[in-house]
Amino acid sequence: MSAMKAEEFAERKVEVAGWPVNLSSYRLGEVYHCKADNVSPGAALARTTGATREEAEDKALRRAEELLARTRRLPA
Amino acid sequence: MANYAHPEVLVSTDWVAGHSADPSVRVVEVDVDTKAYEEGHIPGAIAWNWNAQLCDTVRRDIVSQEQFEELMSASGISPNTTVVIYGDNNNWFAAWALWQMKMYGHADVRLMNGGRKKWLSEGRELSTEVPQVQRTHYRAKPADLSLRAFLPQVQQACGSGAAALVDVRSPQEYTGEILAPPGLPETCQRGGHIPGARNIPWGKACRDDGTFKSYEELQQLYEAEGVDGSQPVIAYCRIGERSSHTWFVLKYLLGFSHVTNYDGSWTEWGNLVGASIERGAAARAGA
Repeated sequence: MSAMKAEEFAERKVEVAGWPVNLSSYRLGEVYHCKADNVSPGAALARTTGATREEAEDKALRRAEELLARTRRLPA
Repeated sequence: MANYAHPEVLVSTDWVAGHSADPSVRVVEVDVDTKAYEEGHIPGAIAWNWNAQLCDTVRRDIVSQEQFEELMSASGISPNTTVVIYGDNNNWFAAWALWQMKMYGHADVRLMNGGRKKWLSEGRELSTEVPQVQRTHYRAKPADLSLRAFLPQVQQACGSGAAALVDVRSPQEYTGEILAPPGLPETCQRGGHIPGARNIPWGKACRDDGTFKSYEELQQLYEAEGVDGSQPVIAYCRIGERSSHTWFVLKYLLGFSHVTNYDGSWTEWGNLVGASIERGAAARAGA
């Protein structure tokens, strides 16, 4: 497929391992795409696909949790 | 474009859609997430990979003039080309690319306001085709170092107060609670910030849809922290990319005359033997 449009674009914020995460998802053709980012600064933690939005989001959240759980909090 | 000091450096998604076939315009996608382009991009846009094509990873530096000339030539860009850069995450790394293009003297380079997210959310056309471009023979100007701050300048500013230091990282990075953005590798030995720096996270300059806030909102944001353009400003973050976004806002949207990006940033200062740092939240501006 070479020409298409993003459809059903949606964003929501959730908390994962104690950190805010932004989930953005949309459909390209028959495939749902999801990106999880760490809100600040917004770096991508996971980019996933699925047959449904839920499947794509679940995969992204699992990967984001693996990464975020490693973040150390130090006494400031 | 909302009475910005230099509105010519921004274009809308409508403008880009209307110039997709304009041979004098080259649209370039630069993302934090370098896989995004492959998923679908603005038809006719090419991509630059920030960590392979906009950095010299051996010297830990921006690209050299020769590397820059090669990138422009391979991208079919001539000195007269209007280059429009867009990307994910509020144009974060698009601003990094624009900063380097300005340093090497490209005359007409702009950001697409709202970036990739706005294009997607508006349901505009995407393509997975990588366009074939006609190679050029680009000659850049020597780097304009007045746009960039190096360690000695920051040390001088830190000691003398001759410039306003703006730390654009998250509050948790600024206070020293975390050493890197959540989920990303730690790149420094200690947390905190450069003494005297104000914390104004870069993303505060944008609205939820990724577009820049108005001139008045931006002016209020920075003035509330004592950054009003009356003295030189040095922006920094962790590795210099987030701060290139703030550099763009201060220089082109607010029109401050002397703004530099310290791309050595916290990765340099935080690892520097013997350098003073501060931890914890900043005192109120002017206190």
